[in-house]
Amino acid sequence: MTMFINFLYAAITSGTPLMFGTLGEIITEKTGNLNLGVEGMMAIGAIAGFYVGYTTNSVILAVIASFIAGIFAALIYAFLTVTLKANQNVTGLTLTIFGVGLANFLGDFIRTAAGETTLQLSTEFTAKLATYKIPLLGDIPYIGHLLFDHNPFVYFGVIICIIAGIYVKYTRAGLNMRAVGENPAAADAAGININFVKYFNVLLGGGICGIGGAYISLVLCGGVWTQSCIDGLGWIAVALVIFANWNPFACILGSFVFGAFRVLKFYVPKDVITIPDAIFDMLPFLITAIVLVITSIRKSKERSQPAGCGVNYFREER
Amino acid sequence: MNSVKTKSHEPLIRVVKKPEMPTSKAVILRIASFVLAIAVGGLFILAIGHNPFEVYKEMIMGCFRSKIALQGTVKIIVPLLITSLGVTLAYKMKFWNIGAEGQMLMGGIFASYFALFQSDMPHWALLTVSFLAGCIGGAIWGIIPAFFKVKFGTNETLFTLMLNYIALYVIDFLRHETWRDPGARGFPKIASFASNARIGAVFDLQGGWVISLIMVVAVFVLLKYTKFGYEISVVGESQPTARYAGMNVKKVVILTMALSGAICGSAGMIKAMGSDYTLTLGLADGVGFTAIIVAWLAQLNPFVILLITVFFSIIEKGSGVIQSTFNISVFTSDVLQGIILFFIIASEFFTRYSFAFRKGGKSK
Repeated sequence: MTMFINFLYAAITSGTPLMFGTLGEIITEKTGNLNLGVEGMMAIGAIAGFYVGYTTNSVILAVIASFIAGIFAALIYAFLTVTLKANQNVTGLTLTIFGVGLANFLGDFIRTAAGETTLQLSTEFTAKLATYKIPLLGDIPYIGHLLFDHNPFVYFGVIICIIAGIYVKYTRAGLNMRAVGENPAAADAAGININFVKYFNVLLGGGICGIGGAYISLVLCGGVWTQSCIDGLGWIAVALVIFANWNPFACILGSFVFGAFRVLKFYVPKDVITIPDAIFDMLPFLITAIVLVITSIRKSKERSQPAGCGVNYFREER
Repeated sequence: MNSVKTKSHEPLIRVVKKPEMPTSKAVILRIASFVLAIAVGGLFILAIGHNPFEVYKEMIMGCFRSKIALQGTVKIIVPLLITSLGVTLAYKMKFWNIGAEGQMLMGGIFASYFALFQSDMPHWALLTVSFLAGCIGGAIWGIIPAFFKVKFGTNETLFTLMLNYIALYVIDFLRHETWRDPGARGFPKIASFASNARIGAVFDLQGGWVISLIMVVAVFVLLKYTKFGYEISVVGESQPTARYAGMNVKKVVILTMALSGAICGSAGMIKAMGSDYTLTLGLADGVGFTAIIVAWLAQLNPFVILLITVFFSIIEKGSGVIQSTFNISVFTSDVLQGIILFFIIASEFFTRYSFAFRKGGKSK
């Protein structure tokens, strides 16, 4: 039982960066923009968060910095695709190359400038990112440790997923955003300011991805700056969007399920069944591919990408 | 949102469509944006405390100044060039395939089987069989998304992305389990290929360059002068038109993706047997993604692809050189590539649209 709880606990910890990345991409795609630059935006958020954390020792400032850095990264994408109507795939891929390169470059640059061999966060800083047990709830046997005894990022991630879910599903602004994502021409005719809605949501999504990057550089990497620390998590987040069915609430559970896949190999007793690690690592991608095929076979409108995704809207062209 | 207003205002700046730009003007525009990008990249180099002219010069010199440097540059050019040609076919058909990475990896896996276990074949027979195996591996990885696309309308962008990772973990599986090199003292890796299974040099350069140049011409001819090439572009422009003209759209899509995958797969074979001499997780290493950008920048023209590939390879190789000469981070190349690409992507807008400013505050 303890083993199983430990497994679920590890799943939550390793799924949290995916939660931010996926939520950011859901918001971006809901407004009709497929941004393949998640990996890059997370990388830029990671270095910004790390640098500010390293110099100021403040977690809040680090998170804000990563959020702003993510917004700036998304701004490049938004300007090129929304205003200049550039191809979304190409722009997103470029953003990934640029973002990962920039983060690694800055990592090198800061390290050389500081004259250190590694960049390490202070123990004072990492102590702030230790787990916080929520009073009362945290004392429930098993469940208490599993759900209410985490580092602050985990709670924060769940909270913003819920807020984003309410925003997307139940608010006027969320309705406008979905209208723009599904049918921009109709939304335009209804008097919605397409460019504003797109910019707002693409930037918001980028900012959230940036926070996910900060989680990776500040928590997952154990306080040491690691080159290319995002290491494909951004791409998994793009995949997870499908798995989560473009739904911010489902994003919470989906991230933990994918987190579980990522740590599963450490918890399957080797004496019972031996499955190579590579197969475990492949599982999330295999399952996402299968989900993709099944949803397309069922042709359910409920479970598919927003119709306007990937296509830029130009009023004079429809 | 209070944007529903009865009074209509003309916005200060709005986007208007331009009549199609003459090619010469479009070329000038692209060159101008390229020069601007280089200048901004120079500012970036200046900002980190180096002389941009010296750094750029060193980058270019570092690619060509010696035989070894040139050999290194060609090893970067060949896989990127071939993969770009491969994705060109898919993009001509507007099939948003981002699975070139996976197709390369699969090609590498299939070819490596022969390189590892059938290496006592005669040299040329082995190379031919491996090449074909690489093509088949890539083709399978191209046909799968194409099949599901035509059959069920499965989103190809996301599906091919997943296939990349599946292929990557197949290699990971092989290096840990079935193909693990027992001689590597417990380190999980695949053995190096026997010298019989390595692509030799032609004029001192890795032999892949001959194949890649043949492919440039072949893809050009295919797209420009054959019926199949014409079908690809019609399907890309409008599927209903293609159907009306009596083309078998499903067949064209699957065949094109098979061919596109096969070309990418052969790039994997050439990289594995011509540069790495083994099969590693780093076989594709982002080349499949860069290839998409190259193909798109070249407007899917094979000869322009050749030019742009050479340019990208100079940046890639050159940043290794400037790292040792100026002690600049090797990741400078990614940043420079990004800056240059953003500029060229942005310039694309001005070939099709322009900004119109509100005239004298009059609203209609």
